[in-house]
Amino acid sequence: MTQTVSRPVGAHEPLPLDVEAIRADFPILTRTVRDGKRLVYLDSGATSQKPRSVLDAERWFYENVNAAPHRGAHALAEEATGAYEAARATIGGFIGAPDREIVFTRNTTEAINLVAYALSNAATAKEEEFRTYAVGEGDEIVVTEMEHHANLVPWQQLCERTGATLRWLGLTDDGRLDLSDLATVVNERTKLVAVTQQSNILGTINPLGDIIARAHEVGALVLVDGAQSVPHQPVDVTELGADFLVFSGHKMLGPTGVGVLWGRYKVLDKLPPFLTGGSMIEVVRMEASTFAAPPQRFEAGVPMTAQVIGLAAAVEYLQDLGMDRVEEHEKALTGYALQKLAEIPGVTVIGPPDTVARGGAVSFTVEGIHPHDVGQVLDDHGIAVRVGHHCAWPVVRRYGVPATTRATFYVHNGYDDIDALADGIRAAQKFFGTA
Amino acid sequence: MQLESMYQEIILDHYKNPHGRGLREPFEAEVHHVNPTCGDEVTLRLHIENNAAGDAVVSDLSYEGMGCSISQASISAMYDLVLGKSVTEALATGEDFMTLMQAKGDPTVAEKLEDSLEDAVAFAGVSKYPARIKCALMSWMALKDASARALATTTPGGTS
Repeated sequence: MTQTVSRPVGAHEPLPLDVEAIRADFPILTRTVRDGKRLVYLDSGATSQKPRSVLDAERWFYENVNAAPHRGAHALAEEATGAYEAARATIGGFIGAPDREIVFTRNTTEAINLVAYALSNAATAKEEEFRTYAVGEGDEIVVTEMEHHANLVPWQQLCERTGATLRWLGLTDDGRLDLSDLATVVNERTKLVAVTQQSNILGTINPLGDIIARAHEVGALVLVDGAQSVPHQPVDVTELGADFLVFSGHKMLGPTGVGVLWGRYKVLDKLPPFLTGGSMIEVVRMEASTFAAPPQRFEAGVPMTAQVIGLAAAVEYLQDLGMDRVEEHEKALTGYALQKLAEIPGVTVIGPPDTVARGGAVSFTVEGIHPHDVGQVLDDHGIAVRVGHHCAWPVVRRYGVPATTRATFYVHNGYDDIDALADGIRAAQKFFGTA
Repeated sequence: MQLESMYQEIILDHYKNPHGRGLREPFEAEVHHVNPTCGDEVTLRLHIENNAAGDAVVSDLSYEGMGCSISQASISAMYDLVLGKSVTEALATGEDFMTLMQAKGDPTVAEKLEDSLEDAVAFAGVSKYPARIKCALMSWMALKDASARALATTTPGGTS
């Protein structure tokens, strides 16, 4: 890129991150789309692009070390095990967790399903200790109306399997959680509260402290969906105080196919397995088997070794930038985007209107133009956004819109990307004759 | 700009001034179809009557829907195309529309289907955008579903 990419605009401060230098690290950003347009990637909330160091880490593993970890005694097996476990320590360190509390899954969705199935498996476990967190009739699971389908449907299904009841916290008109009935929704019958740290559609950052305090007061576990927070802000599990934190590698510059379940060790230790098979066992006989200690108990089969090593490289990339600065960078972009969108007649932001307790997912509607059509015009300008219900159908229903257009920001985005977005929206209005 | 190839004037006209919109009676089948990736929706009612030759004919097609311009214009264009046709002909037209959607923008396919699809041939540009094909096809899938249900609930030879 030869153009100036992080120019301060008007009253806006220079961005905390050197966007031009960062863009040079992402090979995909050099390509063009739709007849030679510069790629303006505003869809990191769906999946992020990957810096070269992540791609190199995977290639390094396959070219030099490739073997199944935790099996075999040959040189490659030892090195692969070492690299895999070193990556676990790096990724744990990123969220302030010891490595034995880090379980690798396929993605956030699988991590949530792992916990949900462990809780129903607990009800029929033959081992007394695995029944500690069993969920059954009369118990309640609490979610919020803001959840991604991945943090809603598995809990609906858990309730169907066990006879437990699903309850939820609603939303306010300005895109926040309505905590006015927290004390009644979360009560003595609650076994688990599942809540997102940052909404993937509204951008809202939730006041988890209040929710976690209430949940622990009544003896409930708390699972925090960090899919949209861990990539974008510093998250430390000790400060967080929850029992589980889940997130995906591919949304934080890492590869697809790897996600993380962090669990408090004393809780993980009392959970029965979800997937069973090789490497998660202790002793196997024809009649029955016993299981390994966490995290191995939850990692059946040969793991996604190269992806885990790629994710560790992504974590190192983010640590080099500094998560504080990543957060500030996105806050500056979000503030600028909210201002630019407010200047366009007919554009309505769905979610908090300012940057207070808000991340960089900006959903909006354009009067008279369906989000799909907005997205199509933006695409024609080389701008990649997400359109639809963003796997959070209850949220769009709550705000009375059929769908939204969503822009999400990350480390390689600059003010120029948001200018392109605003210009693209105006072009859509012109094309469809609404302005 | 490639946009015009998809958003033909005729499509935008159907979107802004849909033909036959609104739910009416009588009807033999009502179906509700959604495009779950984006939330496009249609509720479609089909009224069939037998003609002198004993063929089931589409005598009314009424609908309500919400969604993007492509999905909603497609319903309106379909209404124009199938009204008064026999159910067999209507479904054959639907197959032609499906062929058009699989053409990946090949103009020769559109040319061949011009007589069969009339205005709806304007949707040829949509076939270049895989993400939008489902939008255009939703109404035709709903019609196929409604036809099967209507034919199953009406007695042969009767007029519903």
